[in-house]
Amino acid sequence: MTDEIDMSPDGAANIIETDYQIGQDNIQTRIGPFGLDIHNPVFLISGLTIVAFVFFTLAFQNSVGPLFNDLRVWLTSTFDWFFLSAANIFVLVCFALIVSPLGKVRIGGTEAVPDYSYSGWFAMLFAAGMGIGLMFYGVSEPISHYSSSLAADAGTADSWAPLAGAAGDSDAARNLGMAATIFHWGLHPWAIYAVVALSLAIFSYNKGLPLTIRSVFYPIFGDRVWGWIGHVIDTLAVFATLFGLATSLGFGAEQANAGLQFLFGWPVSDVSKVFLITGITAVALISVVAGLDAGVKRLSEINMVLAALLLLFVTLAGPTMEILRGFVTNLIAYGEYLPSLSNPFGRSDDNFRQGWTSFYWAWWISWSPFVGMFIARVSRGRTVREFITCVLLIPSLVSVFWMTAFGGTAISQIVNDGYQAVADASLELKLFIMLEQLPLTQIASFVGIILVIVFFVTSSDSGSLVIDTITAGGKVDAPVPQRVFWAIFEGLVAIALLLGGGLGALQAMAVSTGFPFTIVLLLACYATVKALMSEPRT
Amino acid sequence: MYKTIMVPVDLAHAEKLEKAIATAADLAKHYNVPVCFVGVTTALPGTIAHSPAEFGAKLEKFAKAEGTKRGIKASSLVKVSHDPSIDLDKTLIEAAAEAEADLAVMASHVPGLPEHIFASNAGYLAAHAPFSVLVVR
Repeated sequence: MTDEIDMSPDGAANIIETDYQIGQDNIQTRIGPFGLDIHNPVFLISGLTIVAFVFFTLAFQNSVGPLFNDLRVWLTSTFDWFFLSAANIFVLVCFALIVSPLGKVRIGGTEAVPDYSYSGWFAMLFAAGMGIGLMFYGVSEPISHYSSSLAADAGTADSWAPLAGAAGDSDAARNLGMAATIFHWGLHPWAIYAVVALSLAIFSYNKGLPLTIRSVFYPIFGDRVWGWIGHVIDTLAVFATLFGLATSLGFGAEQANAGLQFLFGWPVSDVSKVFLITGITAVALISVVAGLDAGVKRLSEINMVLAALLLLFVTLAGPTMEILRGFVTNLIAYGEYLPSLSNPFGRSDDNFRQGWTSFYWAWWISWSPFVGMFIARVSRGRTVREFITCVLLIPSLVSVFWMTAFGGTAISQIVNDGYQAVADASLELKLFIMLEQLPLTQIASFVGIILVIVFFVTSSDSGSLVIDTITAGGKVDAPVPQRVFWAIFEGLVAIALLLGGGLGALQAMAVSTGFPFTIVLLLACYATVKALMSEPRT
Repeated sequence: MYKTIMVPVDLAHAEKLEKAIATAADLAKHYNVPVCFVGVTTALPGTIAHSPAEFGAKLEKFAKAEGTKRGIKASSLVKVSHDPSIDLDKTLIEAAAEAEADLAVMASHVPGLPEHIFASNAGYLAAHAPFSVLVVR
């Protein structure tokens, strides 16, 4: 590093001076014909740990499966107060940053200009963040909460209803059900993503540290983050991301298979599922080799347009006025129930709080290294205020609208039309059963299936980019075969777990990483605020 | 014959560029034209620099040093790419247009199996660029 050279990014920024050179721990070598540029030891340790976990899960299913599940249940039940408090803190930190003068700090330096337009940026953060979840839970979750709130046992210890439920009161149960669903898909998950993404973006673009999770801890551990502390953090991030993606892909294949059987009479079999995983991985590979702009971004944009069309269709073909009114009522219900739903202490709805909310928070948090890092990479040039508004507020409003349209239509079918099928259908089919009551069923359902599949592709390719960057020590220009390796690896893990059993067990394990990452995120809040305070404002 | 000679530079492996730069310098002197050293980077911190601005400063220094050493008129141009592992070729073609270069002199490695799957940068440019490309091995 030469002294006379100005290290600032675009315009003023307060760079962290360290002797660490990005890539200094990397091994640059060739394996056969392929060039490699990988971090030592993160690449090897994470790869081997993943293989070991898959092996042991397959070999000792009967003992390992329950163990992982018990661990997950124990964590989300015992530490429910911790998950709930932490998520509340993330929301508060985000709001504080919007209104404080720190909101004026610009990612990438005072003069930086945004890398992506609003539409491209927004499409990417939605596709990576929760697109796939909205497809599956948009119909099913509002129904679940509505039914449990309405049931006669609501409010008792056996009930899964949120808060005290609303036994026998359909309107109140609907409001509570929608508020509880929006609670799980609104401000809290997006605040989790925003915190991770913002900290990574600031430490990379403004502070000059490599784009890996460990960089966030520089203010706390100093140069020790380049040692084993950092290796552990990065390896854990790779582990959570890969297992999160692979198990979702495995379950997604089961769900897509069920949808295809329902629509086109495809047989539900291992062959169909392996075919689906292979197909999704193949498209993800094409996308990953086409690069960030021509691959991930373009697919995300296509998906956003399709999702918007489906949302518009459901709104127009469904009970339009009810949905539009519902948007306002649900928003009010959300605001009304938010304090009690997010309260970590002194509640009696154990099943709901621990089984739904705490599980969701652990789940979002275990995804946050992946989604956060991807959002960070594409957010250069935005001010902190702009960033949080677009990563927290707008996606939350979209979630409200989505849940209102899909869940609201389904509840209306149950309440007004007495259409019980949508309540009785299995989780993966609820969306299609709901669409059956609307016109143009075949087309709408087909768009639905395509959306599910393409959302999986965008998760898979952005996930491969993220894992590749972490395992290359923060380098985004590592040789292409590496990201190809991770995309294929993810597909193979999904197939192995699907055929051998163990998707549930390893998903539980991936969600369990939400616990250590909650601590990581709390420290990240502190480090980020501290880092922002030393930055010049625009 | 030529207006400007472009030499793509990987600052992380500058030592491997000697032959290409020497060739470019000889041609530059022969035709009495300037050489433009082009570097492609990301906005993210990397091995060479923490930011595009720092990368630009380092490349400029490199170009000046090479110019003085070889007695040629040298300049530098930085292109920022979102995903250089993939977009390098396209970015270099844009850079040539910007630098008004009509000849690229670039180093290449020994072609192997991956070139059948992932085209080498020099190979891609030779096949697709609207300007002349001299690949130095």
